[in-house]
Amino acid sequence: MIPAIFVFLYLAAVLYIGIFAFRRARGREEAEDYFLASRSLGPFVFLFSLFGTNMTAFAILGSSGHAFQNGIVTFGLMASSSGLVIPLTIFFIGTRVWALGKKYGFMTPVQMFRDRWECSHIGTAIFVVQSVLLVPYIIIGIMGGGTTLNVISGGVVPYWFGGALVALVVMGYVFFGGMRGTAWVNTFQTILFLSFGLAAILVIGAGMGGFQSAAHAMINSPALAPLLTRERISPYYFFSYTFIPLSAIAFPHILIFCLTAEKMKHFKKTVIFYPLCILAIWLPCVFLGVMANRVTDVPEIRAKQEARRVLATQGKNMTPDQRDELRDKASGDDVIMLLLQRYAPLWLAGILGAGIMAAVMASDSQILALSTMFTEDVFAFYGAKERFGEAVQVNTGRLFIVLITIVAYSVALRAPETIFELAIQYAFSGFAALSPLLVAALFWKGSTKWGAFAVTVWVAFSVLAVALFQHFVPAPAPGPSVVFGKLGGWEVLSRTPGGTAIFGFMPVVPMVIISTLLMWFVSLATRKPSQPTIAKYF
Amino acid sequence: MKRILLIVAVVALYVLHQDFWFWRKGHLVFGFIPIGLFYQGCFSIAAALLMWLLVKQAWPVHLEQEIERESEEDHTH
Repeated sequence: MIPAIFVFLYLAAVLYIGIFAFRRARGREEAEDYFLASRSLGPFVFLFSLFGTNMTAFAILGSSGHAFQNGIVTFGLMASSSGLVIPLTIFFIGTRVWALGKKYGFMTPVQMFRDRWECSHIGTAIFVVQSVLLVPYIIIGIMGGGTTLNVISGGVVPYWFGGALVALVVMGYVFFGGMRGTAWVNTFQTILFLSFGLAAILVIGAGMGGFQSAAHAMINSPALAPLLTRERISPYYFFSYTFIPLSAIAFPHILIFCLTAEKMKHFKKTVIFYPLCILAIWLPCVFLGVMANRVTDVPEIRAKQEARRVLATQGKNMTPDQRDELRDKASGDDVIMLLLQRYAPLWLAGILGAGIMAAVMASDSQILALSTMFTEDVFAFYGAKERFGEAVQVNTGRLFIVLITIVAYSVALRAPETIFELAIQYAFSGFAALSPLLVAALFWKGSTKWGAFAVTVWVAFSVLAVALFQHFVPAPAPGPSVVFGKLGGWEVLSRTPGGTAIFGFMPVVPMVIISTLLMWFVSLATRKPSQPTIAKYF
Repeated sequence: MKRILLIVAVVALYVLHQDFWFWRKGHLVFGFIPIGLFYQGCFSIAAALLMWLLVKQAWPVHLEQEIERESEEDHTH
C-alpha cells in the first residue's frame, strides 16, 4: 500500500498544477487561451510537453513487456525509428503548421485543411475519422490507470476505483487548466518518467547483482539467446515499422501541440533532443524487459515464461480461445512493476510507480484535442460560436471533456482491454496513412479537396478491413502464418501470430503508399483551389 | 549542393537503421549490452546529431522572419 500512497500524492500534485494553471488564466474565457495556452509555451515546456504527450503507457509498460517476449528488437522497431522519423516530421511539417497557425489563426488541423482546399464537409469527414481513431487511446488510458493502481497497491485499490480516480484527476486538470494545465502537467510527467529509466536500471541492476552474469547466461541458453538478436523478426516487418512513426505528426493532439509554441525557434531544441529523450526512456525499459527473462525468483515471471513455452510447443493443437488465454498469461506488460516490487525498497517503488503513472496518464492531451476539435471544427464552424459567443464555446469544450471522460470510463469498466489495444494498433496505421494529407497540403500546390477526401475514405476503409480480417481469422500459434494466396513466391495476405502481413509487410506500408497514390492521382484529375488560396500557402 | 548533402545524410541514416549486419549477432558490448541494442542506441545519438545539422543548415528562416515581421507590424499598429 505504501507505493500507492506515493501515487496518490502524485495525483494530488498534477491536479493542483491544473488548478494553478486555471488561476493563472485569471478568468480569461478566450478559446485561444483555453485550447492553445495563447500560443505562449516557452522552449522547455514545449519540448517536454510535446514529448510527454507522445509517450503513452506503452513507453514504460508496453516497451518492457514487448522486449520481455521479443527481445532487443523492440528498441529498433519502435524507439530508434521514432527517434529519426518523428523529429524529421516536426522539423518539416510542425514548423510550417505553426507558422500558418500564427498567421491565419488555425487551432486544429481540420481548420487548415478546410482553408487550404476550400472545403467544408470534407473537413468534417476528416474530423470524424480522426476522432474515431483517437477515442480508444482515452479508454486505454483509463484502463491503464485502473490496472496500475491495482497492481501498485497490491490489490487493495480495486480496478474500478483506480480507473475512476485517474479519470477524475485527468478530467479535473484538463477541465480547469485547458492547454496550459495540460502542458505543465505533461512537463512534470516527462521529468518524472525520464528519471524513471535511470533509477530503475540502477536499482534493479544492483538487486540482480549486475547484469553481466544474467547477459552471459542468456547468451549461453538456446531458448533465450535469440532474445539478444533480431533473428526472430523478418527484415520486412522491421522495415515496415519505420512507417508507424509517421502517425505522430498526423495525431491531432500532436499537431495542436505544435501550435502552442511562442516562437518558431522553440522547435529547435525539441527536434534535436527528441531522439535523446526517446533513448533515455526506452533503452533502460527494453534492456530491463529482456533481462527479466533471467529473473528466476519471481513466480509471476516464471509463470509467464511457462505460458510462452506451452504456447510455442503445444499452441498448434489448441483452440484460438486457449491460445488467446495463454497469450494473456505470457504478456509481459507488468514485468517492470514485478521487477520493482522484487528489487526496489518500498518508498522507491512508490516514486517509480508514480513515474509509471505519469506515462499511463497520457490521455489528457487527447481529451483536450478532441474537445478543441469538436468546439472549433463542429461547434464554431457550423455557426454556434457566432450565435452564442466565445465564453459559451469554451464552456462547451469543458462540458465535452466531462462527457467524453464519463463515456470512456463507462466503456473501460465493461469492455475487455485487448479490444482497445488492438484498436490502438489499427489507429497507428490509420494516422500514418493520413500523413500524406499534411505533406500534400503544405508542399504540393496541385493537391485538391477530392484527393484529401479519397485519402480519408481509404483510411477509414483500410483500418476497418484489417480490423475485420483479424477479428474473423484468429491469430495462429507461434510459427508459420495462415496464408491467403501466393503470387510469384510472395505471400499476398497472411495472418501472423502478431497481426497481418501483406506481401510480408505490415498493413501500414500499403496503406501509406495507396494513400499517397490516391492523393496524387485524384488531385491530378480534379479542380485545384483558387489562385488566391494557393498564394496564401506557397 | 548543401541541400543534396543533407538529403543524402537523411537517407543514409534511414538505411543504417535497417542494421541487417548485426541481425543474427548476439555478442555483448562492455560484457552486458547486446551488440544490436548498442548499435541502435548509437543510432539514436546519430539521429540527434543529424537533427542538429538540419537545424543549423536547413532551418526555414524565411517562415520565422515572415511571422516576426508580421507580429512587429501588429505591435506598431
